[in-house]
Amino acid sequence: MAKIKFTLNNKQVEIEKSPTARLLDILREDFDFTGVKEGCGEGECGACAVLINDQIVNSCIVPLGTVEGKNIVTIEGFSKTKRHEVLRNAFEEEGAVQCGFCTPGMLIASESLLNKNPHPTDEEIKIGLSGNLCRCTGYNMIIKAVKSASKKGDGLW
Amino acid sequence: MKDISSSVRKVDSIIKMSGVAQYVDDIKISGMLYAKTVRSTKVKAIIKNIIIPELPSGYHTVDHSDIPGKNVVSIIFDDMPVFAEKEVKYYGEPIMLVVGEDKDVITDIISNIEIEYQEQTPVFEKIKSAINYHFVKGDSNKAFKNAKKIIKYDYETGYQEQLYIEPQGMIGEIENNKVTLTGSIQCPYYVKNAVKVVLDANDDEVRVKQAVVGGAFGGKEEFPSLMACELAVALRKIKKPIKLIYEREEDMQVTTKRHPAWIHMEAAINEFNEIDGLTAKAAIDAGASIGLSGVVLARALIASTGAYTIENIEVDGDVFLTNTVPNGAFRGFGAPQMLFAVEMFIHHIAKELDIDPLELRLKYLAKQGDATSTRGKFRDPIIMNDMIKKAMEMSDYKNKVKAYEEEGTYKGIGMSWFLHGCGFTGSGEADHIKALVKLEKGADDKVTILIAAVDMGQGIQTTMKKIVSHILNIPLDQIIYNKPDTDLVPDSGPTVASRTIMIVGGLVARAAKQLKEKWEDGKQIVVSERYKQPEYIKWDEDNFIGDAYPAYSWGVNIVEVEVCPVTYQVTLVGIWSVYDVGKAIDERIVMGQADGGILQGVGYGYLEVMRNENGRIVHKNVTDYIIPTTGDTPPMETFLIDNPYPLGPYGAKGAGELTLVGGAPAVALAIENAINKKVTRIPVTPEYIMELMKNG
Ligand code: FES
Ligand code: FES
Repeated sequence: MAKIKFTLNNKQVEIEKSPTARLLDILREDFDFTGVKEGCGEGECGACAVLINDQIVNSCIVPLGTVEGKNIVTIEGFSKTKRHEVLRNAFEEEGAVQCGFCTPGMLIASESLLNKNPHPTDEEIKIGLSGNLCRCTGYNMIIKAVKSASKKGDGLW
Repeated sequence: MKDISSSVRKVDSIIKMSGVAQYVDDIKISGMLYAKTVRSTKVKAIIKNIIIPELPSGYHTVDHSDIPGKNVVSIIFDDMPVFAEKEVKYYGEPIMLVVGEDKDVITDIISNIEIEYQEQTPVFEKIKSAINYHFVKGDSNKAFKNAKKIIKYDYETGYQEQLYIEPQGMIGEIENNKVTLTGSIQCPYYVKNAVKVVLDANDDEVRVKQAVVGGAFGGKEEFPSLMACELAVALRKIKKPIKLIYEREEDMQVTTKRHPAWIHMEAAINEFNEIDGLTAKAAIDAGASIGLSGVVLARALIASTGAYTIENIEVDGDVFLTNTVPNGAFRGFGAPQMLFAVEMFIHHIAKELDIDPLELRLKYLAKQGDATSTRGKFRDPIIMNDMIKKAMEMSDYKNKVKAYEEEGTYKGIGMSWFLHGCGFTGSGEADHIKALVKLEKGADDKVTILIAAVDMGQGIQTTMKKIVSHILNIPLDQIIYNKPDTDLVPDSGPTVASRTIMIVGGLVARAAKQLKEKWEDGKQIVVSERYKQPEYIKWDEDNFIGDAYPAYSWGVNIVEVEVCPVTYQVTLVGIWSVYDVGKAIDERIVMGQADGGILQGVGYGYLEVMRNENGRIVHKNVTDYIIPTTGDTPPMETFLIDNPYPLGPYGAKGAGELTLVGGAPAVALAIENAINKKVTRIPVTPEYIMELMKNG
């Protein structure tokens, strides 16, 4: 057991748990942020992606002990931002959401990509999202949505 | 009013994008326990003895002896036990549940349970036929007797994993003596009916609700019934809320997959180089129980002439039982295996006869009025000629296929033609399902759609509302369509077989018209509609004679690839598709099905490898079962041509499966074009290409 303090969706939080606990479980079970999904549990599908200090990380392979003092944003936190709104509109307009299970991770990956590269090419979008699996959409509409968000949200990123 | 095809924003996107949509694992019930499954570690064995360690207080085991009713999962063919009793027939077969508060403690208990087995010799070969179907059309015997040449090929297809990104899950509780289950499911009434048998319960003692479903693709058609039965038995015993969620590894190891298939094709060629007769002999591997395999085989066999009309055919197929994980429903349901064989075979015939494959194919392309493979009739217009022309233009097919035939280009393009029968095979809709739908208008003039159809991402929350909104001329937000709950909705049938829009949506449209006639502001009105088979549809189930489906959707896929001459890695360069789905209820939604379906179909054709070794699935997770990622996705272009079906809502036919079934042959033909070798097996992996390059 250890006391771990970090910022979660803009709030200071503290939790006493084993430092080896998976961040994914802590977020879902202790903080009720169930928008963070488990698809593989092995760091390979991106469904559990969150931002830690603005970097995209798969929370299923992050031990709680490593996030001390860090700033974590889940889809619930991100969804309150202007950038999410722009992405959200683009995803809706392009039809990029089907079952939606990959969607929170896809949005986090899109945010992380646009943060580094506000005007990515199709190829750069594909690379940026290649860690996120989607079985429903064939990715085509997701790629278009990110492209359109990068245009419509010009200046936001 | 706008054309119904013009796209609207999906009604369920916002909750999914903000992370508040409740999938089954997101549901918490206070006092909830967790369950985990104890599974067979043997492929085939007699269970001699089970020693359960002393359980800490609050922990339970649940097994066959706790079942109040029958120990069987009822779905079409009732041969799968809920919990193994005396014997196990595959690796991973469920034996019992361990239930309690803490997952770690449960895992610990499971690792201390000792099961003594007496191993038996398993069967992996195709020797135990459980079902055989056979049918003929015309006189293929004569055709073969008089043939100038007989061409024979064998085709083989592998497993495919649905790989919905949300693993299987179910949660349940007892509410006023009623077992209430909420799950990631396609078919609420399948689950309810199966649970009733296991609990020996009355209709009002079981309730099944749908959670938001994170993808299904057939994988959540029958499998959830097994989980629900296990959980229901545990709920009756323990009387506390319980959650049963699979991790990916467990899901991949034990859930149903696409049946591996072996298809032997023969063609009788006459003196004019015509295909006078055709025989197809198929074998599918059911795994350790039959389940839906007979229905899968039937759909495969009926597709044995694909999009072509051949006068004289003989078709035969077997479902083989092996000591491997049971296979089951997967988008396409037997058709992908057979359409791969048909499309390759017609090309291989053309090559053997040294005629242009396109010419040969066009000659046999089915036309309106032709007899189907089962002596039914293609009643509605077939517009494949226009579709093929369009697809060839979009992709520059003609020029490319010639150019790439040159030795050493390592580029290729392939085109598949296909059809998909909409709705249940044969008399399923009329005799077994008898779908019922209801619309309820409240005093507030809001209209509630009461059906058991599940939105698993395919967008029916939106399209069903659109149908009602267009007919009643009211806005979408005046219409309510909640996730089905068997206490509230009638049985409109399972969400399978590309039947939801055409059959259920058709009934919803009829109910809406009824409501429109009876409409009075402020008054409560309920209307309902039950499925009636059109009189002219006749089906002889024993002999496979007649109309196997009320209608067909059609498609053309073109895939372009490059093959690396050194590593034989295949890169997708482009995908073009043209579909006739009657009429799209929402164009963007159908386009989304098209993108996702084709990538899943193409993945099946060249990328997705799954094997079992000595009865165990070798692949464990997405790290070793590889599906396409954004990196594999080429530019995709889809075009829809309207061809309204008179009995579908606004002319709509099925779309969900159609978009998958042509993917594998298209990519396999593209690879064949690139390497100039005959491909007879999918997935066409680099290892297989290397083998072909070495041995021809
Ligand atoms: S669940 Fe974490 S990457 Fe798949
Ligand atoms: S929308 Fe279903 S997995 Fe992406």
